[in-house]
Amino acid sequence: MAHIKLPEGMPGIRGAMAFRPETARPLNDLVEVLLHAPNSLTVGERELIATYVSSENDCFYCQTIHGAVAAAALNDDHSLVAQVKRDFLAAEISEKMKALLNIAGKVQKGGKHVAPRDVEMAKEQGATDTEIHDTVLIAAAFCMFNRYVDGLGTWQPRDEAPYRERGKRIAEDGYVKMSREYLPAEPATR
Amino acid sequence: MPHINLPEGLPGISSGFAFRPETAKPMRELAHILLHGPNTLTPAERELIATYVSSRNDCYFCQTSHGAAAAAHLGKDAGLVEQIKHNLETANISDKMKALLNIAGKVQKGGKQVTADDVAMARDLGATDTEIHDTVLIAAAFSMYNRYVDGLATWQPEDPAMYAAMGERLARDGYIMPSAKP
Repeated sequence: MAHIKLPEGMPGIRGAMAFRPETARPLNDLVEVLLHAPNSLTVGERELIATYVSSENDCFYCQTIHGAVAAAALNDDHSLVAQVKRDFLAAEISEKMKALLNIAGKVQKGGKHVAPRDVEMAKEQGATDTEIHDTVLIAAAFCMFNRYVDGLGTWQPRDEAPYRERGKRIAEDGYVKMSREYLPAEPATR
Repeated sequence: MPHINLPEGLPGISSGFAFRPETAKPMRELAHILLHGPNTLTPAERELIATYVSSRNDCYFCQTSHGAAAAAHLGKDAGLVEQIKHNLETANISDKMKALLNIAGKVQKGGKQVTADDVAMARDLGATDTEIHDTVLIAAAFSMYNRYVDGLATWQPEDPAMYAAMGERLARDGYIMPSAKP
């Protein structure tokens, strides 16, 4: 049972967002820019970073939904997503992505864990400053989202099928559009 | 030196914000609603939660700037801010605030650390569901801001006067507009 009285029937972060639409809006705007908006990192790559950090933080809801979005963006390659969570160094991803996931893993432990050498390695593999910035911020943001979802004790159903279904729609439509299902209409002034 | 080429002369998070305005906008809006918007928790109480979590995460810029904002709200009572960071049990704050800071400290370690007992204690002392929600989200959000500021190795000058002025501005104007100037 959730720690506070959240709207029923909405799993994970959706219940919390419906409870407090005022904070839900910037949260959805942030995740939209980080994971769905145009970027030199693909949707699949950015969702893998989010999934990896959520897995390191042991957040079932976040790693399952973002793993589903990642797979949807990566030709339904669920085994690649599982491999990145288990041991990304052994996964079939670019060396640049391995260097970025290494940075994300450091951020998950704490900002000061990121060493100049970690950043150099990513730059040597072709990562741009914006890609490094976004990797740090995706990892930091999921340290927030994961704590929000688990810190409220939200409902996180175990059947993965609905996550996969929703993951496909998120990969297509993004977060802001999907949030209109559970958030009240935007005030006309905004 | 910052890990990436951030605009010079801007301290802490303001350099990350200037580098990437697209992400700065929702991050500023979130901080504004959580810390400055209408709430049954006072701005001082919410800034204390932000300061406490930033201190636990050892982020110098965040704990100093939000500590200064808290002090500004509290009539420049920097002593209370220091007590919250270093000796919470004996600090002169309400028992409800102690229970909320206990929850924030759990969230800082990890979401699953928050127990039903932690929440029941806060509720027994009069905390509402929205206050508990906002405490969890402030603590979670500062687990992001702190990692962002330190994960980019931003410039974090140690100039008490700069932070005091920043705290006054943040307490007065909030977070939507750029307010951290060197």
